[in-house]
Amino acid sequence: MSELTELTIAEAARLLRLHSISASELVTAHVERINKVDHLVKAFLRFTPELWEKQAEEADRQLHREEGGLLTGIPLAVKDVLCVKGIETTAGSQILRGFRPPYTGTAVSRLFDAGAVMIGVTNCDEFAMGSSTENSGYFPTHNPWDLDRVPGGSSGGSAAAVAAGEAMIAIGTDTGGSIRQPAAVCGVVGMKPTYGRVSRYGLIAFASSLDQIGPFARSVEDAALVLDAMAGNDPLDATSSDRPNDVRRDFDKGVKGMRLGMPREYFDVEGMEPGVNDAVREAIKALENAGAEIVDVTLPHTDYGLASYYIIAPAECSSNLARFDGVKYGMSVQDVDNITDMYMRTRRQGFGEEVRRRIMLGTYALSTGYYDAYYLKAQKVRTLIKRDFDEAFAKCDAIVSATSPVVAFPMGSRTQDPLSMYLCDVLTLGGNLAGLPGISVPCGTSQGLPVGLQVLAPQWREDVALRVARAYEVASGVKAEVASVA
Amino acid sequence: MPLTRAQVRHVAQLARIALEPGDEEFYAEQLSGILEHIDRLQEVKADDIPPTAQVVEVTNPLRDDVPRPCLTQEEALANAPAAVNGFFRVPSIQEEA
Repeated sequence: MSELTELTIAEAARLLRLHSISASELVTAHVERINKVDHLVKAFLRFTPELWEKQAEEADRQLHREEGGLLTGIPLAVKDVLCVKGIETTAGSQILRGFRPPYTGTAVSRLFDAGAVMIGVTNCDEFAMGSSTENSGYFPTHNPWDLDRVPGGSSGGSAAAVAAGEAMIAIGTDTGGSIRQPAAVCGVVGMKPTYGRVSRYGLIAFASSLDQIGPFARSVEDAALVLDAMAGNDPLDATSSDRPNDVRRDFDKGVKGMRLGMPREYFDVEGMEPGVNDAVREAIKALENAGAEIVDVTLPHTDYGLASYYIIAPAECSSNLARFDGVKYGMSVQDVDNITDMYMRTRRQGFGEEVRRRIMLGTYALSTGYYDAYYLKAQKVRTLIKRDFDEAFAKCDAIVSATSPVVAFPMGSRTQDPLSMYLCDVLTLGGNLAGLPGISVPCGTSQGLPVGLQVLAPQWREDVALRVARAYEVASGVKAEVASVA
Repeated sequence: MPLTRAQVRHVAQLARIALEPGDEEFYAEQLSGILEHIDRLQEVKADDIPPTAQVVEVTNPLRDDVPRPCLTQEEALANAPAAVNGFFRVPSIQEEA
């Protein structure tokens, strides 16, 4: 039954509750799908039969007793930056090869508690640094819609797994666009919550003031369900908020009477493809026809977002990644004269080129004599970017734009020029700098490849972002489909 | 501002990353290219603007000061590349006298 791998959560939950299918059958259908397509897509780094067997059995026991929730028995893929007890977790890096975390992070354990069944660990750019998953320390992942193209990144494996029907839902992380951009170019829904909405406990840190965990799914409703299950205060993450979890409030109320802002700078960014622009403008037209009022807004510091981000994120990464020293876990070069030699050779061998580049950039920006010109200045510009959003949200309820200025690009086409890769995130990273929730929802195609519509909302207004995305899904009838994979 | 090879050596030392043949030229060129873009930050007048380090709304939450279970020594060492007698083992940190 290949159609079992094309269901949404609500559809699967209904069949599970009717006992038309079992959780074990649902997981088996996904494993068969993986066996058929993953040698082409390469979305997964590892599979976790030791988890899926036990979890599916437990789900079936609950379903048999008419217990459990909507996520009971739902096949889940987890990005390789989220610690799962006893399961090799490497952040896509050789430096962590063989690392088996002694505990499970909060977001994952909440999904386990809700009954999700973990299928495997998905590929990503090393330490979540990249926009194509080509920086993985293991192998690149392919876009299920065109195997010669990238799936986006850094959570490219999670996006591709959901797009190819290898998992019903997945989780990833978004530091500058790493959930929304791969969701857009793989034609699935992906959401980055407000900073502080989902606990980061058990997430291998890249840039701690920007990182957030969020869901991938094939419908807005599914994304909302997964987010709802992960969200909420966690004493183990000091930055997690204790606000009430109300992300699904007013989910189906539509956009009639809402004001949606179009930031002119976001429609005029460097490298914006005309086909993407057309698809997104058409999507916004559909929202207008559904009753939204479209207003012009301005984000005047957009041109400085990338520069600010590429100081702040590498600075934080240079500090966070200092822990990979060959002493506590992972790779360690042992044939050395002294400890400094061990640190230096372990880190040269264990980290890939992009990670080394960012650590060096961040170290430089924080070093004596350059701190004020780079790090402090970038933080001041971050304030200006946040203020731009505050002023825009005074005029509208949500901001709509493209998620990525380009469709999935051919593999290898941007790897030689780091800046061209960084420019993929130009429409998403503002949301991270300002801590906003943002969602990408499929909105048609350009050159036969998926395009994503991004909806950004004020902090803590996931409900608004989800409501607008849902209204678009309803108004347009555009659905995230499963790629057949040639 | 382009980065010189000497600066690359200095930064690599600070970051504890060894340089192999070719690395100096490679990083000098690539980091210079990225910094050229980043230098546009200097166009922004922001002298009176306060810096934003994070956008968290909660500050310094404290938990009750009560003991709770933590990793055992064995669990903490389970991933260590080298361990001996319950310790992480590292190469010598100073020359013998």
